[in-house]
Amino acid sequence: MVESKHKWKAWLYLAPAIVLLLIFTVWPIINTLRIAFLDGYNMLGEVGGETYSFGIKNFTDVLDEYSGFKEALVNTLLLTVLTVPLSTFLALLIAVCLNSIKPLQRFLQTVFFLPYVTNSIAIGMVFEAMFNIIGLSPDAVTAESWGIINNILGLFGADPVNWINLNSSYWANMTVMVIYIVWNALPFKILILLGGLQSINKQYYDAAKVDSTPRARVFTKITVPLLSPMLAYVVITGFIGGFKEYSSIVGIFGDDMKAVGTDHSLNTMVGYIYDALGSNEGRASAAALILFVIIFVVTMINLYVSKKKTHY
Amino acid sequence: MKVVLQNLTKVFPSRNKKSGEEVVAVNDFTFEIPDGKLIGLLGPSGCGKSTTLYMISGLQKPTGGQIFFGDDDVTELSAENRGVGLVFQNYALYPHLTVKQNILFPLQNLKGADKLSKQEMLERAFEAAKLVQIDNLMERKPSELSGGQQQRVAIARALVKMPKVLLLDEPLSNLDARLRLQTREEIRRIQKETGITTIFVTHDQEEAMSISDMIVVMKLGVVQQIGAPQDVYDDPTNLFVAKFLGTPPINVFEGEVKAEKLYIGAAAVLDVPGVQDQPVYVGIRPEGFIPNPEGPLTCNLSGVDVMGRDVSLVTTHEASLNPVVRSIVDADAAKNANGITVSYSLKPHKVFLFNKETEERVYFEVK
Repeated sequence: MVESKHKWKAWLYLAPAIVLLLIFTVWPIINTLRIAFLDGYNMLGEVGGETYSFGIKNFTDVLDEYSGFKEALVNTLLLTVLTVPLSTFLALLIAVCLNSIKPLQRFLQTVFFLPYVTNSIAIGMVFEAMFNIIGLSPDAVTAESWGIINNILGLFGADPVNWINLNSSYWANMTVMVIYIVWNALPFKILILLGGLQSINKQYYDAAKVDSTPRARVFTKITVPLLSPMLAYVVITGFIGGFKEYSSIVGIFGDDMKAVGTDHSLNTMVGYIYDALGSNEGRASAAALILFVIIFVVTMINLYVSKKKTHY
Repeated sequence: MKVVLQNLTKVFPSRNKKSGEEVVAVNDFTFEIPDGKLIGLLGPSGCGKSTTLYMISGLQKPTGGQIFFGDDDVTELSAENRGVGLVFQNYALYPHLTVKQNILFPLQNLKGADKLSKQEMLERAFEAAKLVQIDNLMERKPSELSGGQQQRVAIARALVKMPKVLLLDEPLSNLDARLRLQTREEIRRIQKETGITTIFVTHDQEEAMSISDMIVVMKLGVVQQIGAPQDVYDDPTNLFVAKFLGTPPINVFEGEVKAEKLYIGAAAVLDVPGVQDQPVYVGIRPEGFIPNPEGPLTCNLSGVDVMGRDVSLVTTHEASLNPVVRSIVDADAAKNANGITVSYSLKPHKVFLFNKETEERVYFEVK
């Protein structure tokens, strides 16, 4: 504890951080709240001396059938629900495998960590190249040059799939998105889970061995329960990250947020907020608040469930 | 089931590959552990006792030699297939499972002909819990138990599958002094009741002596002496064993044998028939001193530790290798000890001579 006569010193030392937080974090949050409840708010208008009445029109606008918000919400929910379990499961699998091998462990750890330090737009462009089906002839039978994924499919005799190009289907687009997001989410999860695995006392495994426990049972009855706090953490942060998904879609599909020639938008909630920001700050603020409430509720549910399911 | 160790050797490769220095943790250990006995592996840390235990459990593979359970060679058998019960130093109870689930855990692994019904498993678990007197704690988590209770759960978990051999690694090291006394009696009782061949590892000689049928004293991977605790105490084969056993520890002096008489300093303190003239180390157990004003060994008195029934006289002697010479004498006999010096005569069977170079025992006839 700081002694009372030196309290001002403590505040002095904290001041730079507090001032910055107040200006760039606290005030924007309060301002967002204010703007969200000012009907038809427009920043330029406000600067020009316009006044706005208090109301919930921004929220009704957002939820309006034609604003594209519901589409963005469905996309976001789908991506989150599909990618979080998948990436958590894969990360667990890879972490367990990494943990059980001795040679090359360091090297492989680095390899798996690479996506984490790579720019997501750049990765998106690489994915775009990989999933390409450029050069499809008008009769849609002969293709001249494919991306590597379609080449691999071709090796197995499968027809090339129109993943992301002209007139590609919604589910093809979504599949690419899920693969991309899962791959991009793996490194962080592997890192956390591997750390968790390495902190489990080896004696539990020795004890299980002496008691002739089959490997599958060791995994489900010892590894997973002892890892459950880390698993909960990874799932919760995964959900939060999933709801904030945006740059990955821009990386692959550009800022139109849809494949060329299609009319199904791949926009997400954050994308919706960015879009609205350009023209209508009131609506963007309202959407941001709605996103906040959704993430908050989901996180609460996550915490409630994990408290019941995680051990000690 | 008897356990036979034959030329058991464990060599750990050096960590630093360039220097290539290997560590011989256990060196050529041969011993037959009789069925149903309680054996204490005893030695200072790093003497290879735990390594020996882990080799018997199958968690570590020996570099050389063989291990037999009964007549079966189990050397190549993995830990999963050996059917031993092992109690770890830190108990290694699964923290997320209740006491009951912990004890049930080994039973749920049984397969084929050994597979038990749920009812049988529960019965066995409660039976084991009763044996170690924790049947009232079955729904608790390990974190809600005291150290002693956790220890019992660990024993119950090791016993529940009715192992051929029960192994305990420093089972009492995490308990406080009081609980340690109590628990070691418990281990003795449980071992007697179940009749399972039990091997336990300890660095505490008192612990090993008090409950073992036989003790194995080890040093730097080499077995020093094997025998019943009292025999080893009364008849140590070398200086290390003599020093390692006994509290307070044995008093060691520099001495010399001349004309079948043992000299400590200038005083001839004992007749040692049959010993050639040589410099020796003299070990004298604290209870080997008899206060006697006419006695040949005179020490400077520096203090008296009162222990109730007995009294420990703390003295110094210039030939002593220990900083103080401790004797344990009758409280009545010590009443006279209020001078500056105290003189003793010695009990010959409490005096051991050791060769000064090899530190091996030099025997003399005790009349």
